[in-house]
Amino acid sequence: MEVTLRIKRFNPETDKKAHFEEYVVDVDPRDRVLDALNQVKWYQDGTLTYRRSCGHGICGSDAMRINGRNRLACKVLMQDLGKRVTLEPLMGFRIEKDLLVDMDVFFDKYKSVKPYLIADNPPAHGERLQSPEERHIFDDTTKCILCAACTTSCPVTWMSEDFVGPAAIVNAHRFIFDSRDTAGIERLQILNKGTGVWRCRTVFNCTDACPRDIKVTEAIEQVKRALIFGDQ
Amino acid sequence: MAFHRYDVVVVGAGGAGLSAALELAGEATVAVITKLYPTRSHTGAAQGGVAASLGNVEEDHWEWHLYDTIKGGDYLVDQDAAEILVKDAIDAVVGLEHMGLPFSRTPEGKIAQRRFGGHTRNFGEGPVMRACYSADRTGHMILTTLYQNSVKNKVTFFDEYHLLDLIFTEDGTCSGVVAYELKTGELHVIHAKAVILATGGAGRVFKITSNAMASTGDGMGVAFRNGVPLMDLEFMQFHPTGLARLGILVSEAARGEGGIVRNSTGEAFAARYAPTMKDLAPRDMMSRFIHQEIKEGRGIDGKDYVLLDLTHLSSETIAEKLPDISDFARVYLGVEPTEEGIPIQPTAHFTMGGIPTNNDGQVIRDGEGTVVPGLYAAGECACVSIHGANRLGTNSLLELLVFGRRAGKQVMRDLDSLEFATLPKSPETASVERIDALRGRTSGHRAPEIRAKMQESMTENLSVSREEAGIVETLGVIQQLKRDYSDVTVDDKGSVYNIDLMEALELEHMLNIAEVMCQGALDRQESRGAHYRADFAKRDDVNWLRHTMAYKQGQGLSMAYKPVTITRFEPKERTY
Ligand SMILES: Cc1cc2nc3c(=O)[nH]c(=O)nc-3n(C[C@H](O)[C@H](O)[C@H](O)COP(=O)(O)OP(=O)(O)OC[C@H]3O[C@@H](n4cnc5c(N)ncnc54)[C@H](O)[C@@H]3O)c2cc1C
Repeated sequence: MEVTLRIKRFNPETDKKAHFEEYVVDVDPRDRVLDALNQVKWYQDGTLTYRRSCGHGICGSDAMRINGRNRLACKVLMQDLGKRVTLEPLMGFRIEKDLLVDMDVFFDKYKSVKPYLIADNPPAHGERLQSPEERHIFDDTTKCILCAACTTSCPVTWMSEDFVGPAAIVNAHRFIFDSRDTAGIERLQILNKGTGVWRCRTVFNCTDACPRDIKVTEAIEQVKRALIFGDQ
Repeated sequence: MAFHRYDVVVVGAGGAGLSAALELAGEATVAVITKLYPTRSHTGAAQGGVAASLGNVEEDHWEWHLYDTIKGGDYLVDQDAAEILVKDAIDAVVGLEHMGLPFSRTPEGKIAQRRFGGHTRNFGEGPVMRACYSADRTGHMILTTLYQNSVKNKVTFFDEYHLLDLIFTEDGTCSGVVAYELKTGELHVIHAKAVILATGGAGRVFKITSNAMASTGDGMGVAFRNGVPLMDLEFMQFHPTGLARLGILVSEAARGEGGIVRNSTGEAFAARYAPTMKDLAPRDMMSRFIHQEIKEGRGIDGKDYVLLDLTHLSSETIAEKLPDISDFARVYLGVEPTEEGIPIQPTAHFTMGGIPTNNDGQVIRDGEGTVVPGLYAAGECACVSIHGANRLGTNSLLELLVFGRRAGKQVMRDLDSLEFATLPKSPETASVERIDALRGRTSGHRAPEIRAKMQESMTENLSVSREEAGIVETLGVIQQLKRDYSDVTVDDKGSVYNIDLMEALELEHMLNIAEVMCQGALDRQESRGAHYRADFAKRDDVNWLRHTMAYKQGQGLSMAYKPVTITRFEPKERTY
């Protein structure tokens, strides 16, 4: 089927500002948006630029705005989009080129919540034990692929640059609620600051945007509750 | 041009690169360069598990694991290396848990384990639970955990830097790399005492593949261009259960949890070919069974796929243990795996061959094991060889951990004697010329067209079943495409994020790798593991129990061989 892609383009070496360009592609209805983008890049205009790698929703490279919603281009099929599809870069990050944005700020915020296990010395032999129930508590937030779809869908992130954003909170949650971790309090203190969880307005955009179906808003609420009641 | 100096450069931030870097962190100055953000590496796509004979669920021993690995590899495995792998496995997997990896757990709270293809109890008696897993996102959890620990240990990353070349001194010591910064187009020379290549596999040489678009074999290609041989590249694993048409992987864990592959008559045909292991026969065999069923007209609706049936598994098992792959079936094929079979067909999956190394990650240049000073390799880009002619599922993630670490340890030992060798004058010249030529040309062949022709032809003739006429045809196609490549052009002439240029650079490597695969497959007149020759259907230990070493010679190739190390298990006929 024929589909028109309206793609927001910006080349910092030649353009003053971003503009839309249109491309007509002939796709199989079951093709991914990424396939349609590849078709443009490979057979119409090699200058079109976006990140991509695994092609099936695991590496987190190709988050973008697809008809106004944050999605992974490799996880949306053309048949679900209609005859005109608008593709834009994620909002709130500096556009480097076309659909590719600067991710450095995003990763810096991720790193700010100490996203790694901090624990007492492990046993000399064998693994630490953790019950399936303990493991289950933070299962959802281990799925994060750092694609930034949640963070860049959050209106608070658009307004205030210093909010750590949903993705960083998700990654803090993953450790705060891990029975093996001993630094939950430290992370909670980080998220208790003016840049942390209290900025969240419970809009649920993040949950809607997550391509891994993580209940992001719920994770944020759990962190808030842990701060109020100390029940991590 | 920018200049840097680090004791060690690690190229690649997948499981292998990060394991090596963590080994060195704090002990030496280390730079990790990676064309993707580390967490985007293809290790993150691994699903099913990582092998270790922990015995958490049922009795298991490293000797059994060793036997399975050697037999699985159709006796082309170097047995001393495999012994290191299976013995170190326990420490490596427990080490991951200590680093924070959220494994799924047994009721007693231990690391959970499941069945996987070719892994058996008591030397082949039946399946054993050896695959340690975290739902069906084990690779994601390994990559994430290693990255988290890299952040913790303040590893220096050069994110989105593309390796262009290795730098060698006149006496053949590797002393750094030339890299291209994608964000700016600037060239960087990184002077180093040691370089570890960990750039992953080359599945993208094929059209139908489970591999990422980044799996283009760059490290192999750059090493090969610099005179390093490539070993056993004719052994490419075709995983039996890729989503039909797409190649996206459905992990063997699906069969480990009880899934069954069925043909158009509904028959669970694997039992007919492999009465003991049935659907958990090793991948090379399962892929051939499927190929045979399709050839005999029992594909679904006479087409080139069969069905993976999970409908008899409980919906809890599917939701808890196989959530991602059931999501793939729903999203990409519109199939509800709890209610209907998933259309699957073999997909190019794993590059058993690669840059030859010894058991400590040192790159070797010949059959005698002569070391290339300063150069190391680990992970899927390397060939130790622990996978031989066919890798067992879950042994690759294990390889990243065990041999990534060993490469790091060997570098530590070597750093005392290695120096910052005097670099040749302008080591970046060849890279500058290569890029200027690509960007400067205004007409010529287009890279995407060359790439598509290569992938078509490789999938057509170098897949599960091969025979002389087809291989010769594809070899001819590749050689023509290499000539076409000599005037290849790119549309994008800019400096900022020129992905068009990057893809053209990757293509050069893929063409060389494809040629080596074809030549190796043509020469090897036998069937062994994943290399099945319809015209030479038997294994031939008299002539071919040896590794292939392919060298670049002018525009062509020269082939040599390396003996297989056999310690405990003499080659036997392989039945399951
Ligand atoms: C879908 C799938 C599922 C799998 N499941 C399992 C499993 O369950 N169990 C198992 O044991 N194995 C599994 N495997 C195999 C295993 O995951 C891979 O073999 C392994 O992850 C490869 O890791 P690596 O570190 O060698 O390379 P990768 O993880 O591919 O990383 C390569 C790195 O090199 C970098 N790089 C590449 N080229 C360049 C360049 N030119 N310049 C700079 N950097 C570069 C990349 O950016 C990346 O960081 C699976 C494979 C696939 C495809």
